[in-house]
Amino acid sequence: MTTTTTERAAAGAADYLDQRTGIGHAVKEFARKTFPDHWSFLLGEIALYSFVVLILSGFFLTMFFVPSMALVTHHGAPNTMDGVLMSEAFSSTLHTSFEVRGGLLMRQIHHWAALLFMAAIVTHMMRVFFTGAFRKPRELNWLVGTLLLILGLGAGFTGYSLPDDVLSGNGLRITDGVVKSIPIIGSYMSYFIFGGEFPGDDIIPRLFTLHILVVPGIILALVGVHLLMVVLHKHTQYPGGGRTDKNVVGFPLFPVYVAKAGGFFFVVFGVIALMGATMAINNVWNYGPFDPSPVSAGAQPDWYMLFLEGSLRLMPGQTEYVIGGFTLSLNILIPAVIIPGLLFTFLFVYPFIEAAVTKDKNEHHVLDRPRNVPVRTGLGVAFLTAFIILALAGSNDLIATHFSLSINSITWAFRILFFVGPWFAFWVTKRICLGLQRKDRELVLHGHETGRIVRFANGEYIEVHRPLDEQERWLRVNYTAHRPLEIEPATDSRGVRRKGYKNERRLARLSRFFYEDRVEPVTPAELAAAHAHGDHDELGSSESHGEITSGTQH
Amino acid sequence: MSDNQHSTDLTTPGASQEVFADPGMPEHKHRRADHEPAADKRAELQVVVLFVISILGTIGSLIAYFAFRPDGTTDGTRFSTLTLGLGMAFALLGIGLAAVHWAKTLMSDTEVSEERHAQRSPDEVREVAVQKLQDGVKDSGIGRRGVLKGAALSALALFPLTIAVPLVSSVGNDWNVGKFRHTRWEKGMRLATDPTGRPIKAADVTIGSVFHVIPDVSEEERTSHEWITEKAKAVVLLIRLDPRDIESDQSPKGQTWSHEGIVAFSKICTHVGCPVALYEQQTHHLLCPCHQSTFDVANGAKVVFGPAHRPLPQLPITVDDEGYLVAQDDFDQPVGPSYWERLK
Repeated sequence: MTTTTTERAAAGAADYLDQRTGIGHAVKEFARKTFPDHWSFLLGEIALYSFVVLILSGFFLTMFFVPSMALVTHHGAPNTMDGVLMSEAFSSTLHTSFEVRGGLLMRQIHHWAALLFMAAIVTHMMRVFFTGAFRKPRELNWLVGTLLLILGLGAGFTGYSLPDDVLSGNGLRITDGVVKSIPIIGSYMSYFIFGGEFPGDDIIPRLFTLHILVVPGIILALVGVHLLMVVLHKHTQYPGGGRTDKNVVGFPLFPVYVAKAGGFFFVVFGVIALMGATMAINNVWNYGPFDPSPVSAGAQPDWYMLFLEGSLRLMPGQTEYVIGGFTLSLNILIPAVIIPGLLFTFLFVYPFIEAAVTKDKNEHHVLDRPRNVPVRTGLGVAFLTAFIILALAGSNDLIATHFSLSINSITWAFRILFFVGPWFAFWVTKRICLGLQRKDRELVLHGHETGRIVRFANGEYIEVHRPLDEQERWLRVNYTAHRPLEIEPATDSRGVRRKGYKNERRLARLSRFFYEDRVEPVTPAELAAAHAHGDHDELGSSESHGEITSGTQH
Repeated sequence: MSDNQHSTDLTTPGASQEVFADPGMPEHKHRRADHEPAADKRAELQVVVLFVISILGTIGSLIAYFAFRPDGTTDGTRFSTLTLGLGMAFALLGIGLAAVHWAKTLMSDTEVSEERHAQRSPDEVREVAVQKLQDGVKDSGIGRRGVLKGAALSALALFPLTIAVPLVSSVGNDWNVGKFRHTRWEKGMRLATDPTGRPIKAADVTIGSVFHVIPDVSEEERTSHEWITEKAKAVVLLIRLDPRDIESDQSPKGQTWSHEGIVAFSKICTHVGCPVALYEQQTHHLLCPCHQSTFDVANGAKVVFGPAHRPLPQLPITVDDEGYLVAQDDFDQPVGPSYWERLK
């Protein structure tokens, strides 16, 4: 009886809504939309959910934070800060922490969520990069994602500075120094940002507006675009039986993903709440309000800023030049502007470079196994190596104190590693990938070792190999080993030089770098030949024949 | 990753197939809850328990709210944070794990395949789209009305100036970047300790000691709003060395900028402006904790390591009649990080 009443009510509401919005179309289209399942697809979800947590906890914090640099005498907890002259921003941060119940919890949740947000973005990008999910038709979504990464850095930076404590104030001071190093307009840029000389009294309100309106607004809009494109393209899927570029295999959105993804939001939020409850972070009352004079040793920025910090630390100072009376501070410009610029440029252009050297115009929805594209995987690992070396260099003082090493030798070691490390990482990774591909070939051709030793009548010993079942074999043979581009000769049939030959030759050279070393997947002919000629897996193959034939009958 | 239609027939060795065939989706394995009513009931109970844990978490959080009032101490605040947060974490994790467990054990786990379509719109759609655009262009006559096009584009390009000009004129305050050149120091101004503002007598500075120094300004100025900006340029590190250890300082010929081994250098790093605060007595080295630029105090604060290029500017000092340390003048160059027109 109740069911029918509920059903009738639901039907009535649905009818009301549909008559006014035509929502039926959307429900029909999306309710049972298929999404593939894999743990690595959750990384992007973590990023999304921690962003939601950031908005929720951020809303709480804005209720109590006062974005003002006006000087006040702080009254109240903690007693170390009672009666101290400080900015209203810092005073209200203390008030939020000590007098608003749950205020400190929300501050810690907000900070941990920010760290997790960036970590999830980075690992999500790694998943997308190493599996080739950025290929056509998703190149534009990769660009949107990279923009989101940069905006995430911006959100973190603007938020970190708001409490106006000693640490964040010194962070701003470094920013000011970096901005001033920009040729010609540097000093004016500094005035533009600080509304006069550092620190002035405008920077906190300005950062506040950026942090709670401009940056999250743009992030929100781009997240919308990002997700819209995911719906448009339908999700990528990992290779496997029955998964092709023409279908998407997975579970329906309603109810499975509503429950799984919705539940996962609460799991992410819950884990962040647990972190906020149990792990103290950014105890600003220990640092005190911003004062341009004190500084503490061993201070570290939030992890996602470490690479910039490390980059600044590694650059030798000799590279500041005076040209015609003007100062060009390459010792700051290169590490703080040019190096991050190069890193981000790599991210922005990579999908297009790979498409150009592959001359591949097809849509790709089945992901690559990283080993099957050794140079891409190598470049990705090289990029990460550079990033990690810079981040470690950003902690060189802590490394020095923890391991009792000389800061100078650590810095020198990182200077050298920054150039050698990525190159070495590329080479090793590429070799490992090629090795894994050969291993795949070996497995497909000869099967798994079983450990069963058999002695023949003639005294020969062999180990029996168990052939792969067709699902596993398919996983290991189902890829394209791209070949380097081939170009036509410099001159055409009549001996006239072709236009654009030079560009083509450059592209071909790059293509050779990508695809010169490759391991082709096993073909059925090769497998058949291996079985025919294979001596020591004769037993195995005779056993397997039945399996394979039965497999093909599916 | 082509979805080929070749079939694999291994029974004929040496067959010329190029690629294997997709074996199709693997066989579906049923879960226990799919065919065992007991397992199904158990899974349902687990989901219910998880939801109940969530409810208990919320109740616990509310109890913590009323039971533990923050008392202004760090420990009290920590305890309140911990209890509120744990309740919240249980409330959230209970819901999350319940939903996921529900989906995994009780909802369908049969994978379905849905077709994809190429992103590209079909040719006929494209044709119509292009036609519509052309109609629109023709309709507006933008192609043959050149002046109109120019006027429209100019108007659109210019109007942002109405916002940009007032904004840019004010956003940098007075845009007087020449202020970088001057600090609060002036001839005869006493050196005072930071933050108490007590003037320093030369006799009180023993060899090897370090003073963090600010200009001796009135209490009123030191508690004013503008002070922080002045202080950001004016902070100085005062160190007394054994005069025999001093190899050189920045005094020009015929002048002495130090006083009996007491030297004063700007505390603002010439790299990116952190306060250079770590002094090592044995080596006379000053280390910037931010990026490890190292300056040799005994040698005119020259850079011996790290990313800074220039020595820390030296404040010329002497003593007044009462024996207090005073500045001879402002710094002879801008303090802090380099900028384009620094030497102009």
